Amino acid sequence: MKLFKALFSIAATLLLIWALQTKFGDIPPIGEFLNPVSGFWQNAESKNIKPEENLHLEGLQGKVTIRFDEHRIPHIFAENDHDLYYAQGYITARDRLWQLDIQTRSAAGRLSEIAGPKALAVDRYHRRMGMTYGAENTLKGIMKDPVMKVAIQAYTDGVNSYIHHLDKRDYPIEFKLLAYAPEEWKPINCAYLLKLMSETLAGGSDQFAMTNDLKRFGVKDVNDLFPDYPFHEDPIIPVGTKWNFNPLPIPKPSKDFITLMTDTIKPKERVPGIGSNNWAVAGNKSASGYPILANDPHLNLTFPSIWYQLQMVSPTVNVYGVSLPGAPCIVIGYNQKISWGVTNVDADVLDWYQVKFKDNTKNEYWYNNHWNKTSKRVEIIKIRGQKPVYDTVIYTHHGPVVYDNASQKPKEGHENIPIGDALRWIAHDESNEFKTFYLLNRGKNYDDYRKALTYFTAPAQNFIFASSDKDIAITPNGKLPLKFKDQGKFILDGSDPANDWQGWIPYDQNPTVKNPPRGFVSSANQSSTDQTYPYFINWRFEQYYRGKRINDKLTVMQKATVDSMRIMQMDNYSMLAQDVLPTMLKYLDPSNLDNNQQKALEIIKNWDKHYEANSIGASIFDNWWYNFYNMVWRNNFDVKGLYLKYPSYDRTEKLLLTEPNSKWFDDPSTNKKETCADIVTHSFHDAVSQLIQKNGPPGDKWQWGLIKETSINHLANLPGFGTGNFSAGGRAGVINALKSNNGPSWRMVVQMGPQVKGYGVFPGGESGNPGSYYYEDMFSTWRDGKLNELLFLQSPDEKSDRVKSTLTLSGK
Amino acid sequence: MLFLIILILSFISSYFLPWWVAAAIAFLAALFIGKTSGKAFWSGFGAIFVLWIILALIKSIPNDNILASRVIQLFPLPHQWILLLLITALIGGLAGGMAALSGVLTKKAFSK
Repeated sequence: MKLFKALFSIAATLLLIWALQTKFGDIPPIGEFLNPVSGFWQNAESKNIKPEENLHLEGLQGKVTIRFDEHRIPHIFAENDHDLYYAQGYITARDRLWQLDIQTRSAAGRLSEIAGPKALAVDRYHRRMGMTYGAENTLKGIMKDPVMKVAIQAYTDGVNSYIHHLDKRDYPIEFKLLAYAPEEWKPINCAYLLKLMSETLAGGSDQFAMTNDLKRFGVKDVNDLFPDYPFHEDPIIPVGTKWNFNPLPIPKPSKDFITLMTDTIKPKERVPGIGSNNWAVAGNKSASGYPILANDPHLNLTFPSIWYQLQMVSPTVNVYGVSLPGAPCIVIGYNQKISWGVTNVDADVLDWYQVKFKDNTKNEYWYNNHWNKTSKRVEIIKIRGQKPVYDTVIYTHHGPVVYDNASQKPKEGHENIPIGDALRWIAHDESNEFKTFYLLNRGKNYDDYRKALTYFTAPAQNFIFASSDKDIAITPNGKLPLKFKDQGKFILDGSDPANDWQGWIPYDQNPTVKNPPRGFVSSANQSSTDQTYPYFINWRFEQYYRGKRINDKLTVMQKATVDSMRIMQMDNYSMLAQDVLPTMLKYLDPSNLDNNQQKALEIIKNWDKHYEANSIGASIFDNWWYNFYNMVWRNNFDVKGLYLKYPSYDRTEKLLLTEPNSKWFDDPSTNKKETCADIVTHSFHDAVSQLIQKNGPPGDKWQWGLIKETSINHLANLPGFGTGNFSAGGRAGVINALKSNNGPSWRMVVQMGPQVKGYGVFPGGESGNPGSYYYEDMFSTWRDGKLNELLFLQSPDEKSDRVKSTLTLSGK
Repeated sequence: MLFLIILILSFISSYFLPWWVAAAIAFLAALFIGKTSGKAFWSGFGAIFVLWIILALIKSIPNDNILASRVIQLFPLPHQWILLLLITALIGGLAGGMAALSGVLTKKAFSK
């Protein structure tokens, strides 16, 4: 009996300990997570920071001094470039290890390894889009370049030296929650980051929807509703800029393309509003007489931030700016001589090709009048708690057939991917983008800038530039395919060689402008050029709203200062409202308005067209326009089971302003023939009712900042790890393009001159640890529209009361 | 006595050994010097309960409880970080108590 009691008690104790150590579904192992010996309590960082710290790390060649300022931004001083990138890898891993892990896992299609079968669909998508195939090719390109090979290898060694010395109790909290361990960093992970950027900025497509549009509405309507140049535009390269080069011959459109476009038979998901701003004013427009450069890339806002700030100094370089955690070099920043920034070009570098297979084995496909062999790539997806999935992806010479039958396509999402089509995507090509940043980091003048750009493949960016030599410039730049006009607007026939990409636009013929007479350069993702540029880059770009507002402001600006740039970055003026609101008010039938509608009308008539956080007019206009836009198009374009693309806001503006009796205003389900005025009035009624339903009668609860619900979440959406909702102005299409969880991810302003001065801030902090004082210490500065003065040290022992601690690294 | 021995040995072990070693210590300590079942359980429970509160606070107080205040929001509980401290201590206490109880019961099973 006694023995039984003892055994029973021991068994119960062991069972309890086992249960505390085990992950049940999504619930972390509770004992493992909560115990204060090695669990999450260990991640609570003390507010007392050691002023001096020394570490010996394997593989360092000399001494590295890292000084931390009041935001814990590292300023790295190394004796050679190898050690510089080693230290960048080490310090980035120390602050952002879990982010490094999860980003590359996501890109590589390896989330299922830690999250189980629920991540399988997203993993398959990444594998089948060829993210790994592309990363492998990019790595080849990097490794061929001896300089970049050293940088990537040193960065990798730095990350790994941090991982190797990491005790389990010091694992970032997310590893403890998800119950897995950090793994060895590999050089290909750096390449995966580039693939992620390409996916975000050049991975969407609307060819499938456009092809459906064409089949449904025919050539005439599609050409009318989806024009190749917008109604309103203010291109990046100023109108009238001369092209001083002899263009290559433009490829001839393929036969089937011509048939497609002249045929008389009747027969989601590029995210709009993705974008960024940059601009630079020339010395004659600034108070100091030297150029000022500003940049704010709009990306998903998360904790930790997509950016990591640092200063990097070695005998060959002294540069300050933001890096992508997981990749060497500074991506956006400045040195003593130059500053640069980027926005997305939105070039058409992703095309779909219809493939005709010989039979169901899919071993051969029809191309150039004979059968060609396909190749197959087996993707092994490991799944936590289950057997691995083997997924075979068929490749033609174009690239992967992303979904070769309907069963591979997930039930939800990815509507924009056609079945049975091969993908030709720039992100699959061999490339060496980091070289561009390596060279810009060390750039001294305009020629260095131009040279650096020739190494950049994708995603194509509008590289803006300003120098202490008083030069300013901008170049929509990347490896851009040589195409016939509109090639890739619709799905292409993959059997005709004339549909292939026919080469590349030479780098020195990418659109560019230096020191234009207007005294400034700028970009906000709008059309790269006017219609005289000889090559086809894309048939649609982001609409002109932000670009136009920026250009309007800069045109009249004199004696610009850093502060005038900062205020402009926070500008909430709506160019869309300026264009359409007077006409909408003109068409609105003011009779038969009830009390609330009257009130709403009064408010919007007095609205200053700014999307300020406390603006009520902004909420009314926003809802009104949204209802109007949907009401115009949904009858024809919202068809169950058919994936169609809606015409743009720009085209809708043209319809409203110039075609009030267009057939598109008519609702076919009524006997009456509706005109623009009917839709304007009807949509106003709807907008006001919706606002009342959600927020009561017109009043403070209608403030734009409350309606918009802005928040910044943790990368894994963990409750309590983000900001929660906060009230903020801004919107897609205004300069301060702050949407609910996407917007200015880094705001930077750099005053060039004999003493360059940088200002910048991103929402969040340097540390990725939610238990750190530096997890979100810069958030409120960012939210309030202020910038931090950036500490640009000139030597490792420069005296500054902003330096709070020093870490010294030396070899073993 | 048992309480103090478990507390001190577990405290030392916590700096270089996994958390469940505390349960092994409670078991062995009770095996050697444990007396009654009740006393053993409460000594083991109390020792680990107190130890874990101390260990958690050593980390959390210089942190102004920033992290604990975030982590509690992952639980379907009121957002008071102190609850997290109590759950932590309770889990540790239970493991320590059960282990000590097992120790004294084993001792009894083999003594005449």
